[in-house]
Amino acid sequence: MYEHDVIVVGGGGAGLRAAIAAHEEGADVAIVTKLHPVRSHTGAAEGGINAALRDGDSWEDHAYDTMKGADYLSDAPAVDTFAQTAPEEVIQLEHWGMPFSREDDGRVSQRPFGGLSFPRTTYAGAETGHHMLHTLYEQVVKRGIEVYDEWYVSQVAVTDEDDPNERDCHGVVAWDVQTGEIAGFRAREGVVLATGGLGQAFDHTTNAVANTGDGVAIAYRAGVPMEDMEMIQFHPTTLPSTGVLISEGVRGEGGILYNSEGERFMFEYGYATNDGELASRDVVARAELTEVNEGRGVEDEYVYLDMRHLGEERITDRLENILHLAEDFEGVNGLEEPMPVKPGQHYAMGGIEVNEHGETCIDGLYAAGECACVSLHGANRLGGNALPELIVFGARAGRHAAGADMPEPKIETGPYDDAEREELGVPVGAPDGDADAVEPAADGGEAVDADDRSPDAVVEATAEAERERIDTLLEREDGVNHADVRSDLQESMTANVNVFREEEGLKQALRDIQRARERYQDVYVADKSRTFNTDLQHTIETRNLLDVAEAITMGALARDEFRGAHWRKEHQERKDDEWLKHTMVSWNDGEPELWYRPAILEGDEQTYEPKERSY
Amino acid sequence: MSTQTPETETETESETEQPASSPHQERRLAEKRERAEREAAEEAADATKFDGETLELKVFRYDPEIEGKEEPRFDSFTVPKEQGMTVLDALIFARDEYDSSLTFRHSCRQAVCGSDAFFVNGQQRLGCQTQISELDTPVRVEPLPHQDVVKDLVVEMDHFYDQMETAQPFFDPDDLPEGELEEQRQSRENREKIKLSTRCIWCGACMSSCNIAAGDNKYLGPAAINKAYRFYMDEREGEQKRQERLEIIEQEHGVWRCQTQFSCTNVCPKDIPLTEHIQELKREAVKQNLKFW
Repeated sequence: MYEHDVIVVGGGGAGLRAAIAAHEEGADVAIVTKLHPVRSHTGAAEGGINAALRDGDSWEDHAYDTMKGADYLSDAPAVDTFAQTAPEEVIQLEHWGMPFSREDDGRVSQRPFGGLSFPRTTYAGAETGHHMLHTLYEQVVKRGIEVYDEWYVSQVAVTDEDDPNERDCHGVVAWDVQTGEIAGFRAREGVVLATGGLGQAFDHTTNAVANTGDGVAIAYRAGVPMEDMEMIQFHPTTLPSTGVLISEGVRGEGGILYNSEGERFMFEYGYATNDGELASRDVVARAELTEVNEGRGVEDEYVYLDMRHLGEERITDRLENILHLAEDFEGVNGLEEPMPVKPGQHYAMGGIEVNEHGETCIDGLYAAGECACVSLHGANRLGGNALPELIVFGARAGRHAAGADMPEPKIETGPYDDAEREELGVPVGAPDGDADAVEPAADGGEAVDADDRSPDAVVEATAEAERERIDTLLEREDGVNHADVRSDLQESMTANVNVFREEEGLKQALRDIQRARERYQDVYVADKSRTFNTDLQHTIETRNLLDVAEAITMGALARDEFRGAHWRKEHQERKDDEWLKHTMVSWNDGEPELWYRPAILEGDEQTYEPKERSY
Repeated sequence: MSTQTPETETETESETEQPASSPHQERRLAEKRERAEREAAEEAADATKFDGETLELKVFRYDPEIEGKEEPRFDSFTVPKEQGMTVLDALIFARDEYDSSLTFRHSCRQAVCGSDAFFVNGQQRLGCQTQISELDTPVRVEPLPHQDVVKDLVVEMDHFYDQMETAQPFFDPDDLPEGELEEQRQSRENREKIKLSTRCIWCGACMSSCNIAAGDNKYLGPAAINKAYRFYMDEREGEQKRQERLEIIEQEHGVWRCQTQFSCTNVCPKDIPLTEHIQELKREAVKQNLKFW
């Protein structure tokens, strides 16, 4: 068994920032990551980091824009904390040497982004995430923080009290991808999950192959609710062939969207007559698909994003990376031709329910970054708000996990007795609702029933359960290949739970997920090697995708309104009277339970009054 | 050398050893058999899908612990050729359709995570960034040379990471501006000077291509020296750390080992002028030494 004060799972922006913060609190901290930290998907972020740094801007304005962009589904204490802390975190990055783009006076540059009332997006070319990731990793190296790279965390070690609010987390279980060794990692103070996104639930996504929602799923099965999972952001500008992201920075610098008729449709067809291309992402994504659906798309699939008029000098100064991406992945020279773009899955606004200190309802278990839901982004995340979230809430989670004194949280977490609950009337959860049908090999992940409840014993019992699960998977000689289950799942999610959502499609997706679960009971791993077994790893990831896909779809079916990224054909209005509340899904022994928690609109300085979003 | 085709994957013994214990399980197994038959039929029909252009992929295989795989070999896979297809796409197709034990690192698919550097047709390249259409066939994919192979296309990266750490890859200013929200100033010119050096994604292609690194295990190598360049040339960097770093890159196995063969520069997927950066640091070292004399 390995032992540290704080164990951070994931080596991307949030994980690295959490580890640095915990280390600064004096904790012995280790990062356990299934990739090497510099391979993390934070490195693919392009656009920038929002922070109110300049005269004429204020944290209050940043908070207001965030709340409005979120369509009022955020919790104000999280939004206020975020906007107040982002400036010091960005300056901290600069002090750590991050190579930001610069103004003539040597200060960091800022540019306009969608949904912002001030050009407050700091950036480093169109590769801001790459520079942020490397800058943070450099600081981890400087501090000598221990990194277990290519160790896959597949369980959290949690006690099994009936009420999740009373459970304790004592560590995680991980296996060394290179050798197959399965080991318990005991965390004396706390575990911070920073495992990133879940875009692999969809088949057209900007997300890395590694983004399989591992942290969300293992926290969920340990008893932490998933929050607002239906709120999936589709980015308006991804390359049609691969899903590679074309930064919002292109539109921020003045890039223009055209349909096949050469019309600037954001204005011509009235989608956003004030802000045009710089309306909020949900607005632009729907506009593009509407153009395509009405026959004004190119090859019935995409529209054009044009940046030629910006001039070569400005493009190479601020968007050079975009030229390379368009050339390498679409064969288009962005200086001479417009780039083809269409919406693609990009970001999960929902995730592991946490408060503003990153705490879940399970004592000692924290989460930060895209896998967590504070909730900051509500129903729609503004461009440039993801990277500051990683560092603001990553630092807070790391600090709290290391035992720092923090004020009483304003956001509550965990199930409570009189919560409003809902049944969907569509099969979800374990196939047949038959508990016996759930075979441990295919399932895995519930709190372990240990006689000896000492922290070490809980971690070791969880590790033992994981060893059995993996042995069973490897011993099966025949069955279903996970890749088939995964691709069926991805296709159904993209067909049915995309930008435009209809009741029948959502129900179909739930039936497909149920079917995928059933097939997954017979999954087997063809590769019998313990050495770098990616077949095994992907098989377990696929299990995680099933749980997150189900929660996304359940939440989407139940939410019969139109809010932010969540568009429902049958319900074309935002229903503030009924739906200013967060969708929660709790594991409940494999039968997902849907319940709600009211959104908090009372902030530090003001109560955010829902207004119509006009762009 | 073996030829993998879809047919090799069909089931053979699924009906022989089923201790059917519950009606539920029986039903599931029955469905499974039905599905297997359907899939076999579909796969047979798939043969027509290969009417279009195909390509032959020859992939290096090695697994130290599985009998019959511990001897290095090449496997051939026939993959349908599609427009815009990359080497990584072809590998993924081969893995998901033919042999799920085929092992390689990959993640972002957009040339920024740096995990899928392979030796493709005799050159270090990123799998996700390399279009099949640019290559002669059969496309031959091997692990990066001069690094220990863990399994199939996965190489040991520890030595590379260690060399990066030797260059002390972190910023260390002498002092910071007063005032909590005050950033350090950096001129546009200075940022421009270090810009290309900051693009390194740690893929290891340069190190693998370098003859000197192949012969001298202690040579820092192009990536680590580039990392030193990135900080040494940054006007915000502290004077003391600059000197320390210069001493590191100037040691016996540092910049002076470079024989300007440009192989690192040629293979760098991010177009970093690595050889040039190494030469610039040589000049800096000479200048500094002249000062001391």
